[in-house]
Amino acid sequence: MTVDEAGLAERARAFLAGHAPEVLSPAEFLGARFDAGLSWVHFPEGLGGLGLPREWQSVVDREFTGTPQQDYGKLAIGLGMAAPTILAFGTDEQKKRFLRPLWTGEEIWCQLFSEPGAGSDLATLATRAVRDGDEWVVDGQKVWTSGAHHARWAILVARTDPDVPKHQGLTYFVCDMRAPGVDVRPLRQITGEAEFNEVFLTGVRLPDTLRLGAVGEGWRVAQTTLMNERVAIGGSPVRRGGGMMGAVLETWRARPEVRTHALHQRLLGLWVEAEVTRLAGARLREQLAAGAPGPEGSGMKLAFARLNQELSGLDVEMRREEGLAYDDWTFRRSESVDFFGRGPGYRYLRAKGNSIEGGTSEILRTIIAERVLGLPAEPRADKNVPWKDLPR
Amino acid sequence: MTLLYSEVEEELRAAVRDLLADRYPPATVLARAESGSPYDAALWKSLARDIGAAGLLIPERYGGAGASAREAAVVLEELGRAVTPVPFLTSSVMATRALLAARSDAAEELLTSLASGDATAALAVSFATSPYRVPAGPVQAGPGGLSGRVTAVVGAETADVLLVPAGRELYAVAAADVLVEPVVSLDLTRPIATVTLDGVPATPLSADLTALRAALELGAGLLASEQLGVAEWCLSTTVAYVKERHQFARPIGSFQALKHRLADLWTQIVQARAAARNAADALAAAMRREAGADGTGTDGAGTDGAGTDGAGTDGAGTDGRGADDAATAVAVAQAWCGTVAVRAAEECVQMHGGLGMTWEHPVHLYLKRAKADEIALGTPGDHRDALAVLADVPAPSGP
Repeated sequence: MTVDEAGLAERARAFLAGHAPEVLSPAEFLGARFDAGLSWVHFPEGLGGLGLPREWQSVVDREFTGTPQQDYGKLAIGLGMAAPTILAFGTDEQKKRFLRPLWTGEEIWCQLFSEPGAGSDLATLATRAVRDGDEWVVDGQKVWTSGAHHARWAILVARTDPDVPKHQGLTYFVCDMRAPGVDVRPLRQITGEAEFNEVFLTGVRLPDTLRLGAVGEGWRVAQTTLMNERVAIGGSPVRRGGGMMGAVLETWRARPEVRTHALHQRLLGLWVEAEVTRLAGARLREQLAAGAPGPEGSGMKLAFARLNQELSGLDVEMRREEGLAYDDWTFRRSESVDFFGRGPGYRYLRAKGNSIEGGTSEILRTIIAERVLGLPAEPRADKNVPWKDLPR
Repeated sequence: MTLLYSEVEEELRAAVRDLLADRYPPATVLARAESGSPYDAALWKSLARDIGAAGLLIPERYGGAGASAREAAVVLEELGRAVTPVPFLTSSVMATRALLAARSDAAEELLTSLASGDATAALAVSFATSPYRVPAGPVQAGPGGLSGRVTAVVGAETADVLLVPAGRELYAVAAADVLVEPVVSLDLTRPIATVTLDGVPATPLSADLTALRAALELGAGLLASEQLGVAEWCLSTTVAYVKERHQFARPIGSFQALKHRLADLWTQIVQARAAARNAADALAAAMRREAGADGTGTDGAGTDGAGTDGAGTDGAGTDGRGADDAATAVAVAQAWCGTVAVRAAEECVQMHGGLGMTWEHPVHLYLKRAKADEIALGTPGDHRDALAVLADVPAPSGP
């Protein structure tokens, strides 16, 4: 099929004419949009796309402004990380099975990567997957798993060969969160609530058809996920003066009594930083549309974390007496990931996670230094040593 | 709008870079700076005529190339990267912009002579003047001509014509009629001078200072691109050095203490590039609108993009190039890029260790340029203060 940009916009309008959002449920509407190839235009036909250039997505997104959209806070891992990984490494059956309900929001995804003993050094993870006929038996413990209590599926990295160096013995799976032996326990955070979970995997049996990519290829598959995660966290479009800045400015403009000269100087500096970060994100998206995601996304995530932390800290401070209070310490499971919601105290505490989740700022700096600037690696004690012989 | 570089812009960059690499390596720049006369007339001729840099912003009907602020910004990136002492910013950007905005016959005549690069002009205002506070100049217009003394002027030694604000008007005077005294300057590659006028005959160019303000705004906005070039040279030179330099039997670039600082600097330069490109693009759109509005423009005036430029690319839809947009883009670029260039040069000195403190190594030329550029056309603080109004981040009332 050959479609140009005008034809694509025409196609989107024709779809909207035939599918009134008012009479369909959001899932039905999104499902029909998927079937029409208008979800991710660069995906193949039959899998939510039309096999068109990635940069044409904006044409479709513009036409679909104001129509039912996904709850991104709940579906970020599915849409931002699982989908591109499944597209790149999945079998035809896996793509057919997973992409549509992932897009419509009928199936929520979570990420089983980090472990108590494997955070920044993810490749040292210890969750074992042992082959048993056509199945794999998984045992281990994962942590910092956002939304595991809602999730139908997970992307999972497990160790399938402990006798080779750590990066070589990993395999990537889709984990059935309803399988026997999957135990999700809420993990209370500094905000008081439990957005994250610990997930205990005990004798979980996964069919080999849930393996994503070849045995031993797990690290390479995970890189695709992580690269997309950093773009998803730091690279999404914001309005000028939007995001965390929007929350601070609203108070600043409405309440002259909070203003001091010292805060004003800090706020102006942060306004500039937010604006250059927004522009750099826009420029990065222009580059991505013209090519592929590279390690440059790491820089955006670094800047995003710093800004959120500085701004949310200023927000609490400028409110003075009000900043001494907190909205609610109740231990409960949160419905979705929300960086900008609730009160200023919550936002301040939640923002502390921005420089930890999806690669700590320290790891990201190392990635930029080595992969973008080409600086030499640190001397390493774990190269060419079988995983089982590493000190732990 | 786009924040990327077009093919034409990349070709222009390559031409300027080749010329400078060939004719003006750092050792030559240093040798000329030491000679007390950093400007190289032969190099300027090649840049101005062969590459056509002098007439970039000048419409074709005056003999220029009819290009935009985007192309001029690319030239400035390369001139910053090589700290080249040529009067491009002072004459081909700032003085040219003042003459374009003045819209008088005298101004048009001068534009024709600047387009070829045979003559250059300079603004007789302090280089520390910001676009936000254009002062009633120190020069007075009297019956016997213009009189007064202007300090910290750049580009005056080589200029044939000076554009002088006096009272609320802008005049042109022949450089031969004024006294230009060089001042020992922090920046060895763009020295300042004191200009003294004593009853000098002058040609009126414009009856108000709008043209001067436009020149300072364009200068500030495009100075960000020069600062980007300075920062990029400092980063790439430092990265190359820390890969080679060994201490403790390792390249020093393998130490995390340095790697992380260089990663932060790289991120800030990525932001600086976006900010500088955005300023150049916004200024190009503003000048295109201005040329279209008074019907004198022939270059791109037919496709005046007012209001439509930004609609397409950024889904957030906030990049429409409206009237205030250029002012905000300039203030943001200056508030950010000035600081980043200084930081890059300071890190370059520090990571070169003892070598970075020597006269022989060219990094000091970049540090001096970066620090002077930070003051030029408004400090980062001046530009942040301007944003208090432009971005509606109101200051506290009272002391």
